[in-house]
Amino acid sequence: MEHSVTYLGYIPLMPLLGALVLGLLHLFTCRGKALPELLYGALACIGPLLSFIFALVVFFHLKGLPAEERFLVHNAFTWFAVGDLHVDMGFLADPLSSLMLLFVTLIGSLIHIYSVGYMAGDENFGKFFAYLNLFLGSMLILVLASGPVVMFVGWEGVGLCSYLLISYYCKETENVIAGNKAFIVNRIGDLGFVLGMSLLFWAIGAGGFDYLSLKANVDKIAPATGIAICLLLFVGACGKSAQIPLYVWLPDAMAGPTPVSALIHAATMVTAGVYMVARFSFLYASHATAGTVVAWVGILTALLAAIFGMFQKDIKKILAYSTVSQLGYMFAGVGIAAYSAGIFHVFTHAFFKALLFLGAGSVIYALHHQQDIWKMGGLKSKLPKTYLTMMIGAFALAGCPPFSGFFSKDEILFSALATGHTGIWLVGVLVAGMTAYYTFRMIFLVFHGEPRDAEAHAHAHEPPAVMTVPLQILAFGALFAGFLNLPGIFGGSLKVSQWLAPSLVDHHPHVSVWLELLAILTSIAAFAIGITLAHRKFGQGAQEPEFTGFAKFGYHKFYVDELYNAVFVQPYKAFGGLISRFFEPYVTDCHVRLSTWLYRKAGMAFKALQVGYVRVYAIYMVIGLSLMSLFLSQTIH
Amino acid sequence: MIQDYLVLSIVLFCLGMLGVITRRNVFTVFMSVELMLNAANLAFIAFSRLHQTMDGHVLAMLVMAVAAAEAALALAVVILLHKHKSRLDTNVFSLLKG
Repeated sequence: MEHSVTYLGYIPLMPLLGALVLGLLHLFTCRGKALPELLYGALACIGPLLSFIFALVVFFHLKGLPAEERFLVHNAFTWFAVGDLHVDMGFLADPLSSLMLLFVTLIGSLIHIYSVGYMAGDENFGKFFAYLNLFLGSMLILVLASGPVVMFVGWEGVGLCSYLLISYYCKETENVIAGNKAFIVNRIGDLGFVLGMSLLFWAIGAGGFDYLSLKANVDKIAPATGIAICLLLFVGACGKSAQIPLYVWLPDAMAGPTPVSALIHAATMVTAGVYMVARFSFLYASHATAGTVVAWVGILTALLAAIFGMFQKDIKKILAYSTVSQLGYMFAGVGIAAYSAGIFHVFTHAFFKALLFLGAGSVIYALHHQQDIWKMGGLKSKLPKTYLTMMIGAFALAGCPPFSGFFSKDEILFSALATGHTGIWLVGVLVAGMTAYYTFRMIFLVFHGEPRDAEAHAHAHEPPAVMTVPLQILAFGALFAGFLNLPGIFGGSLKVSQWLAPSLVDHHPHVSVWLELLAILTSIAAFAIGITLAHRKFGQGAQEPEFTGFAKFGYHKFYVDELYNAVFVQPYKAFGGLISRFFEPYVTDCHVRLSTWLYRKAGMAFKALQVGYVRVYAIYMVIGLSLMSLFLSQTIH
Repeated sequence: MIQDYLVLSIVLFCLGMLGVITRRNVFTVFMSVELMLNAANLAFIAFSRLHQTMDGHVLAMLVMAVAAAEAALALAVVILLHKHKSRLDTNVFSLLKG
C-alpha cells in the first residue's frame, strides 16, 4: 500500500528555488551596488528551513503509519519513456530517506545560518549562497529519488556544486585545481555508477526501474551479474564518498570556504555513497562477496586515512582525513550487512563532523585565516564557546561514551565481531585508537598549552552569535544523538535500527552479552589509549617536530598523489599530446584539409579565364550564345 | 527576297560584333554595339514584312527607344571613365582581372 503526497516534491524544490532567486539577484546586481547581505542571508536560509519543516512533516506522517506501510511516493511527472525504460520524476520517502532528510535539512540549515556570519564581507556573497542552496537541493533530490535515474540527477548535482564551491575562491590557481581534481575523480566514480545502473537495467529493469520494483525483482539477477552491479555501483560510491582508491579529492577539497567543507563532509556529498549502498541493500544483501569487498575497502580506507590524519598540520586536513576514516567505518558497516549501523553512523557523524568543521571555521575566523595547528595554542580562554563545543565534537569523533560517535561506531564494530568478520573488527579497533589520538592531538595543540603565535592569540576573539548558536545546537546533537539508538545492553531498544528496518535488508545476529561487552570494552580501551598518548605527547607545550622516516612518509600521504600523477595523469597527458600531434593532423583533419586544398587549386585554374578586359568577356558571351543557338537549332527540329 | 535582308542583317551584326571584340576605344565599341542593335532591327522589320504583321515593327521601335536611353547612360559612363583615368582605352579598365 502506497500513499501519494504532493509535498514530497516541495522538499528539494525549496532550496532549488532559493538557488534560482539568489543566483538571478546576484547576476543582475553584481555589476552595480551590491544588495544588503541580510537580504541574501535571509533568502538563503528560508529554503533549507522550509525543507526541514517539510522533512519533519514527512517523518511524522510516516510515524503515524503502520511499519510495513511506511512508503510515501510522489510522481511529479514522467521524465522520459523509451522502450522498457519508463522514468518518472518520482520521489520516495520511506524510513531510510526520511532519516536522511531530517539530518540533511537540519544540518544544512544550520550551516547556512553559520555561513551568514562566516562569509560576511565576501564580495560574491549572493553567489555563494546560490551555490550552497543548489548543493542542498541536489542532495535532497538524491535522497528522495524514487529510482536510480533520478538519484543520478542529484548525484551529478552534488558533484557539480562541490566543484563550484571548492574552487569558490577562484582567484588562486590551487583552489581551481582542487575543484578540478574533485570533479574529475568524481567523474571516474560516476562512470562506475552509470555502468552499474545500465547493467542493473539490462538485468531486471524491464519490470520497472524504481527501487520498489527493483526490490521485488531482485531474485531474477544472475549471481555473477549481481556482483558486477554491486561492485560497479560501489565504484560510484568510492568516488562520491572518498574511498580507496578515489579518496584523493576530499583532503584537497579543503580549498573551499569552511562552511562548504562542513556541508560536504557532514550533510551532503560524501554521505551519498553510503546512502546509495544502503538504498541498494536488497542487492548487496544477496551478494555477500560484493559486501565483503565493500567492507574491506572501507576499513582499509579508515586505516589509511587515520595514518594520514596523525601527521597533518592543517586543521582542516586533519578533519578531512577523519571524515575519510569515518566514511571507511560506514562502508565497513554497510559492507557486512549492518546497514542500519552504517546509516546510524552517517547520522551521528553528520552532527559531530559539522560541529568540528564549523568549530574549526570559528578558530580560523578568529585567527584571520590561520590554519596551521602548530601556529595555534592556548585558545581555550579566548574562544570558550568554540572550545566547549569542539570538545564535545572531538569526544564524539573519538568514540568516547556516552557521546554519539561511540554508540554508532560501536554498533559497527560489534556487528563485525558478531558476524565473524574478526579482521575488520581488529582493524576497526586499531583505527578507533588512532582516531582518538589524532583528534586530541588537534584539540590539545589548538586550545591547550601556551600560545605559539602571541600576536594572533592576542587578537583572537569569539565569533558572533550567528556562528556560535549553530555550534551549540550541533553540540547538543553530537552529545545526545547516540541515545536514539541505544543498544539493549544499555537498556535501550535500537530505536533507529527498528525505524530503518522496513527499508533495509538488515539482520541483527543474536550473540552473547559477553561478546557485546568485549566489543564495548575494547572500543573504550582504544579510546583511552589514544587520548592518553595524545595527552602525553601534545598536552603541554609541544613544538613542531621535524618529520622524519615514517612520519614524513605519512605527512606526505604516502606520496599517493605523486604516484597517481606519475601513473595516470602524466601518461594520459602524454597520450593526449601524442594524439594532438599525430592522430589529429594526419588522420582526422586530413579530409577537411584535402577538400579546402582541392577548391583552392580549382580556383587557381579558373582564375586564368578572368582576364579583366571587357572585350574578352564579349568573346565569351559570343561563344556562349553561339553554342546555345546551335544547341537550340539542333533540338528544335 | 527575305534572304537578302537577312544576309545584310547578319553581315551588319558580325561587323558590329567584330568591332566590339577588336576595338579598344570606348566610343568605337559603343558605336559597334549600336550597329548590332540596328542589324537586329533590320531582321525584325524584314520578318514583319514577310508575315504581314506589326509585331516586328513594335519590337524595332522598342529597340530604338532602348538604344536611345542606353546611349544617354553610356555616354555619361564614358565621361566618368574619362574623368577617372583620362584615357578611353578599354584595356585600362581591367580591375576584374582574376
